[in-house]
Amino acid sequence: MTDEPLNVLMRGGDPATESGYGDHPERVGFFTDTSICIGCKACEVACKEWNEVPDDLVGWAGSSHDNSEGLGADRWRHVAFIEQRLPLGTRASNFKRDGGDFRWLMESDVCKHCTHAACLDACPTGAIFRTEFGTVVVQPDICNGCGYCVPACPYGVLDKREDDGRIFKCTLCYDRLGEGQEPACAKACPTDSIQFGPLEELRERAGDRVRELHERGVGEARLYGEDPDDGVGGAGAFFLLLDEPEVYGLPPDPVVTTRSLPGTWKRVGIAAGALLAGAAACFAGPGRR
Amino acid sequence: MSRRRADRDRNFPREEHPGDSYYGRPIINPPVWEEREIAGYLFTGGLAGASSILAAGADLTGRPTLARGSRAMATGAIGISLLALVKDLGRPERFLNMLRVFKPTSPMSVGVWILAAYSPLAAGAAASDFSGRMPRAGRAAGLGAAGLGSAVATYTAALISNTAVPAWHEGRGELPFLFAGSAASAAAGWGLVVAPLSENKPAVRMAIIGAAVELGAERLMERHLGMIAETLHDGRAGRCLRLAKALTAAGATSAGLLARRNRLGAIAAGAALLTGSALTRFGIFEAGMTSARDPKYTVEPQRARSERSAPSRVE
Repeated sequence: MTDEPLNVLMRGGDPATESGYGDHPERVGFFTDTSICIGCKACEVACKEWNEVPDDLVGWAGSSHDNSEGLGADRWRHVAFIEQRLPLGTRASNFKRDGGDFRWLMESDVCKHCTHAACLDACPTGAIFRTEFGTVVVQPDICNGCGYCVPACPYGVLDKREDDGRIFKCTLCYDRLGEGQEPACAKACPTDSIQFGPLEELRERAGDRVRELHERGVGEARLYGEDPDDGVGGAGAFFLLLDEPEVYGLPPDPVVTTRSLPGTWKRVGIAAGALLAGAAACFAGPGRR
Repeated sequence: MSRRRADRDRNFPREEHPGDSYYGRPIINPPVWEEREIAGYLFTGGLAGASSILAAGADLTGRPTLARGSRAMATGAIGISLLALVKDLGRPERFLNMLRVFKPTSPMSVGVWILAAYSPLAAGAAASDFSGRMPRAGRAAGLGAAGLGSAVATYTAALISNTAVPAWHEGRGELPFLFAGSAASAAAGWGLVVAPLSENKPAVRMAIIGAAVELGAERLMERHLGMIAETLHDGRAGRCLRLAKALTAAGATSAGLLARRNRLGAIAAGAALLTGSALTRFGIFEAGMTSARDPKYTVEPQRARSERSAPSRVE
C-alpha cells in the first residue's frame, strides 16, 4: 500500500510523541511470559478489584479451567487454559492423562495497547485516546456506546457492557501509572509471568528469555506482538507463547484496519462519482418522455 | 433479560478440544450492532442518498411527480436512518458526542458529518416542494442533497469494511460499488412506484444500470473473498442474498420490459427492486456477522498471508 497513512502514527515514532505530548514519560507496557504462568487467575481478580469491573461469570469454556471465556467489557485480563497431548516441556514428567503425554498451556491475555490502535482510529467521539504513557484508554464520560471500536479491534478486546451501554477495556491501570504504581495485574502476579515496565526494556528482556528457552530445548517458544514492524506497529502488551497464536485465541497476523482505509476512501470517492455520473446519464437524451 | 453474553445471539460453536482455535471462540469480538437498526440503515441510507440524486435530475428535467416522490422518500428514509442510528447507541442521549470531533480515520465520524450536512438539505428540498415556498432555495437544497447523497449512499461501505470483520474488510474493494448500485436500484425502484409513465424513463434506466452494477460487484466480491465467500453463500445470509439477486434481476428486467408501458408493471418492478436492495444489505450484514463469529475466517486467511510473505520462517 503506497497510500499516505491517515494516522500520523503510521509514519513511525513514539506514539505519545506523535499524539502531541511534548514532554512525556517513557512508553510502558506488559511482557506476559506464558511459560511461567501457573493459571492462578490472581491477575483477573486483582484487575476486577482495582478497577471495579463487574462480575461476569459465564460458565466453563470447553473442558478446561477457564471460566471467563475471553476478553470483554467485564474481563480486562483473561487466563486461557489449553490442554494438549504433548510432552510437558523437556523434563521427564509423571503427569499423564489416559496413559499419554499431557501438557497445559496457560496465558493471561490483555489489551495489546497497539502502536497503531484500530479502536482509537475508529472512535467517532474521541472517547478513546492515547495517554502520555503511550497506552490506549476509553474515557467512560465521553463514550456513547456506538460500538464501532468493537469490531475494529483485531484481537477482540473491546466490548459493550450490556446493562450500561458503553464500551470498556483495560486501561493499563492509568490511575496507578499516574501515581508511579505498576498495574494491579502485574503487582498480583506471583510468578512474574506478567511483567510491567518501559517497553524497550521489556523487549530486550523478552529476547533474552526466548534465547534462554531455546538453549534449554524449548524450541516452540516464540514472541508475539513484540515486532514494531508487524501489522499493528508492535503491541504495547506482548507475549511469549509456546504454540501458535490461534491456539490461545490470538490472531496469527493482525493488521490494523485503518492501514487500508485510504484505499477504501478512494474507492468510495470513485463509486460516489460514478453514482452521480451514472444518474446524469439516465437523464441524458432528447425529450422528456 | 440477562446481560450475560452467553444469552445473546453472539454465541459461538463450542468445541471440546482446542485445535486451530481457542474452544471455537471468535478471535475478534463480533459487532454489537442490532441487525434491524444497522442493516436497515445500510438500506435506508442508500435509498435516501440515491433518491436525492434522482429527485435533482427529475427537478432539472421537468419531471415534477418523480422529483416530489423522490424528495419525500429521501426525507423519510434519512429520518428513519437517524432514528435507527441514535437508537442503536449504547447511550442514545449522548448522540451529540459524535459532533465533538472530526476524524478522517473513522468512517463513522465522517459519516456523521455527511449526515449532519445532508439531512437538512434533503428535508429542506422536500419542504419547499410540498409547500411551494422558496422554490429557488428548494432547488438549491435539492442539488446539494444530490451531491451529498452520493456520499451518503457509498460511505457506508467504508463504515463496515473498516473493521476486522473478515467478510466486510476483505470486500472493501467491491462494497463501495455494490452499495452504490444497490442504492441506485432502490431509489429507481421507488421512482417507478411513484412516477407516472410519462416521467419514469430515467428511473427505468437507473434501475437497469444500478441492478447491473450491484450484481456485478457482488459477483466480483464472491470471487475475491476466497474461503470467506462461504459466508455469502451459506445459512441465512446465503438465503437473503440469493433472494435479493433474484428480485433485483427480475425487477430490472421487468422495469426494462414493462415499466414504460404499464403502470402496474412499473410498480411491481419497483417493489421487487426495493425488496432486493434491502435483502442485499441484510445479507451482507449477516455474512459479516457469520465471518466474525467463526474463528476460521479470521485465522485461515491471516495464516495464508503470513506464510506467503515469510515462506521459510524459522521459529
